Amino acid sequence: MKIKVGAFLGGLVFGIGLAVSGMTQPAKIVGFFDFGGSWDPSLGFVMAGALLVYAPVYRAVVKQWHRPIWASSFSLPTRKDIDWRLVSGSALFGVGWGLGGYCPGPAFTSVGARSHEALIFGAAMLVGVGAYQIFTRLREARIEETATRDTSPVIDG
Amino acid sequence: MARLVLCSGVMDSFTPIASTLGGTLIGTAAAGLLMFHGRIAGISGIAGGIFRRQPGDVTWRIMFLAGLFMAGVLGSWFYPGAYRVEIDRTSLALIAAGLAVGIGTQLGSGCTSGHGVCGIGRFSKRSTVATVSFMATAAITVFIVNEILGGAV
Repeated sequence: MKIKVGAFLGGLVFGIGLAVSGMTQPAKIVGFFDFGGSWDPSLGFVMAGALLVYAPVYRAVVKQWHRPIWASSFSLPTRKDIDWRLVSGSALFGVGWGLGGYCPGPAFTSVGARSHEALIFGAAMLVGVGAYQIFTRLREARIEETATRDTSPVIDG
Repeated sequence: MARLVLCSGVMDSFTPIASTLGGTLIGTAAAGLLMFHGRIAGISGIAGGIFRRQPGDVTWRIMFLAGLFMAGVLGSWFYPGAYRVEIDRTSLALIAAGLAVGIGTQLGSGCTSGHGVCGIGRFSKRSTVATVSFMATAAITVFIVNEILGGAV
């Protein structure tokens, strides 16, 4: 129960932060990248403000804590390699971000604000997320099945 | 004179204090998720995990997104201007953009929050590369839309 309430509060504070910082206005996102027009550096200040809090907390927590307060262990990314998926996926995300003016967080919270644009964008975004995840799951299941079939003679023999 | 016009253009929309303050709220929420739940506050990762349907790993994701949604409901009561859309986009452009963001963030394992804030905050090389990649293509896209297509798509 407390984990659910905690996650809800986390999303709530995150969403309020997005609105206060101006990131729920697509024009401010487009403005950050519009070097030729009237440049709006706000996005840089949002990231700086967030990092100012997050970076020192992260360092202190991973150095000194054995486990988080409500969970038995940390679930943190472990990969270090840079592959084509990371680079091309991020590149594709950037195209959508510049085109629509929303990234995932502002899209979710702007749907709550009944923004017509965010609703269209957000619905398409969820289709993209769901299609990718379901496709990946099916492919992983198929690879697993093939692997089991291939190794079975070895086990038998 | 041109310089003056450019400066006034910047001043119109630039919100350094509100943006820094909002950024610290985002950082606080992300720090809270790490401290209490041991998780990275990447919105695309939180959403993507719902579709993987791991037992015991779905509800907190839905609750986090519900919090984001509720912030929008409350925010639009107090200050609807925070959600105004002042760019000219057709529904087709919004659908294409949404699909690109949905697929791109899953393929690239993160978005502005997961890579741009949490990843850079962890000094992750992968996240730094990802952030440079999406910032670069966002800038190229905005250049094409604003300078070549006249600002409306």
